[in-house]
Amino acid sequence: MVKKKREVVVLEKCPTGIKGLDEITRGGLPQGRPTLVCGSAGCGKTLFAMEFLMRGAMQFGEPGVFMTFEETPEDLAKNFISLGFDLHDMESRGLIATDHVYIERTEIEETGAYDLEGLFIRLGSAIDAIKAKRVVLDTIEALFAGLSNAAIVRAELRRLFHWLKARGVTAIVTGESGDRLLTRYGLEEYVADCVILLDFRIDAQISTRRLRIIKYRGSSHGADEYPFLIDEGGFSILPITSLGLDYPVATERIATGVPKLDAMFDGKGFYRGSTVLVSGTAGTGKTSLAATFADAACRRGERCLYFAFEESPSQIVRNMGSIGLDLNRWVKKGLLRFHSARPSLYGLEMHLLTFHKLIEQFAPQVFVIDPISNLTAAGTAAEVKSILTRLIDYLKMKQISTFLTDLTHLQSGLERTSEEISSLIDTWILLRAIERNGERNRGLYVLKSRGMDHSNQIQEFVLTHQGIDLIDIYTGLGEVLTGSARVAQEAGERAAELACRREAERRLREQERKRKALETKIAALRAAFDEETEEVHLIADEERKRQAVHTESRLAMARFREGKPSEPPAKRVKKRGKGA
Amino acid sequence: MKVGSTGKGKKAKTDATEPIWNLRLYVAGQTQKSITAFANLKKICDEHLAGKYRIEVIDLVKNPQLAKGDQIIALPTLVRKLPEPIKKIIGDLANTERVLVGLDIRSA
Repeated sequence: MVKKKREVVVLEKCPTGIKGLDEITRGGLPQGRPTLVCGSAGCGKTLFAMEFLMRGAMQFGEPGVFMTFEETPEDLAKNFISLGFDLHDMESRGLIATDHVYIERTEIEETGAYDLEGLFIRLGSAIDAIKAKRVVLDTIEALFAGLSNAAIVRAELRRLFHWLKARGVTAIVTGESGDRLLTRYGLEEYVADCVILLDFRIDAQISTRRLRIIKYRGSSHGADEYPFLIDEGGFSILPITSLGLDYPVATERIATGVPKLDAMFDGKGFYRGSTVLVSGTAGTGKTSLAATFADAACRRGERCLYFAFEESPSQIVRNMGSIGLDLNRWVKKGLLRFHSARPSLYGLEMHLLTFHKLIEQFAPQVFVIDPISNLTAAGTAAEVKSILTRLIDYLKMKQISTFLTDLTHLQSGLERTSEEISSLIDTWILLRAIERNGERNRGLYVLKSRGMDHSNQIQEFVLTHQGIDLIDIYTGLGEVLTGSARVAQEAGERAAELACRREAERRLREQERKRKALETKIAALRAAFDEETEEVHLIADEERKRQAVHTESRLAMARFREGKPSEPPAKRVKKRGKGA
Repeated sequence: MKVGSTGKGKKAKTDATEPIWNLRLYVAGQTQKSITAFANLKKICDEHLAGKYRIEVIDLVKNPQLAKGDQIIALPTLVRKLPEPIKKIIGDLANTERVLVGLDIRSA
């Protein structure tokens, strides 16, 4: 017998169909077991359970029973409608069965022993009627309020959860948050397989909803708090917290819309799919640069999604007309879509969700947020960073080129962003106002641009009726001059240059003159020297002649002296001769 | 199962205008609790409502769909359908005093 590899028993999961939840639970809720969903009032427990049922019925072919202890069937139907589902229609098609359990303590007298078999029978008959695979009990804690004998209720609840497991239905039980316990009556004691906590909190008057899986027996799951939101499409949980950094990268380059700006990036512009940040103080031309980039994308036939947090679309279109951009034609062609919203309109998660939704719908190649700094109005800096990180990861994965603008303040320093996201940015362009001589001009420089050569020069950024232009800035003499100061400086410099040239020429002439004078002097000296030399030669000659004459005269004297007897040498010779 | 005791003239003082007590006892099968409850109810009715009550016993095991109508959760449940308003008493009806109060036969 061939030994079979021992199969690891994997917990079967029941997909919820709720956006994002199946990702963080790695497949859904535990199949055939009850899950406790708890949270404070208004946190969305009922909606969560409702969506679980609806998606089950519509997407996974699993009919469900909704047993409500709180809401009347009419309220329930209204809630379903708010998510875009017609409860009555689904009931008539046998996809959903509802049962409203109404308990009013004052109407019930308790005398002696009882059990909750009636509840079991009701639930059982509803399950049987539509062959339900899913069950929601919302919220069963009402039993504690409705019945005075808590001991019986507890025992019966324990039995109920065993019974649910035995029936093999995937159940959601909701419970209200308690003080010390997760739920007011400690339901977590009975539901041990999976507990999900929904949280609803308000920070700075903006509400955020968060979901956390407290436990999930026998399964790994995301442990973080996940922001979620509820809108007309139901629940959306944001699972995109840890996409990792393994997205593909493009080597393709795309134009910035400003030829001279392209030139600053090796002549080719940005990388496709990269994240570009333009930061600058107010009125430095961030929106103009963003609009130009969007315009360039549309010119290439690409779709661009433009999130405007400060201006209405029509205002942007009008204003950009003043720098020669006709954005309206792209809007008409369907290549450019604006989305304007005040950042404080709703929480950050909602913004992120809106980004996601519109990106999914519109599938843009270029995405602009103008400006991201306003998002801080909807959350703390850390939250904004978290949201932007997730957004940027998502956009990178989709290879969408992203253009963000950021309003910075001089006090906080230009070379930082208020959201501390600089490390997420591939290309960072800084616009700054240069104030001098009663004039305000704009300077542009590239702070960083990953993976490409880029200019280190500050360029003057000029908005003209024909669009954006960049002009080499005057940077001589340790000064940075722009605008008319630059023009004046340049003119002054040309004059100075001319003067310098003249001076140099004059000096050359002077030097030539000096050289000539020197040469004349040298000639004179040489003449004098020659004359002297000649004289010396003459004297030497004469001396020689005089010497010769002298020698001659001495010889003559000697000859003369030889003829005389008195001369002693001659006498001696004579005497010697006599004696011999 | 219907148990009735509306016998005329069983008690002379019974007024013609006095309403009939229409009681419904919900049970689940022939459990000990069901049997006890029914026995207790019968005894109380015979003692206090002789000749003017009708008991309807509904077995939810056989007719589960009937549980919804009277909002039955706990079993056994006694429902006073008539006279109005509807009253509910849950449990095996062991405490006669409470049953009488619950049925408004005797004020609390």
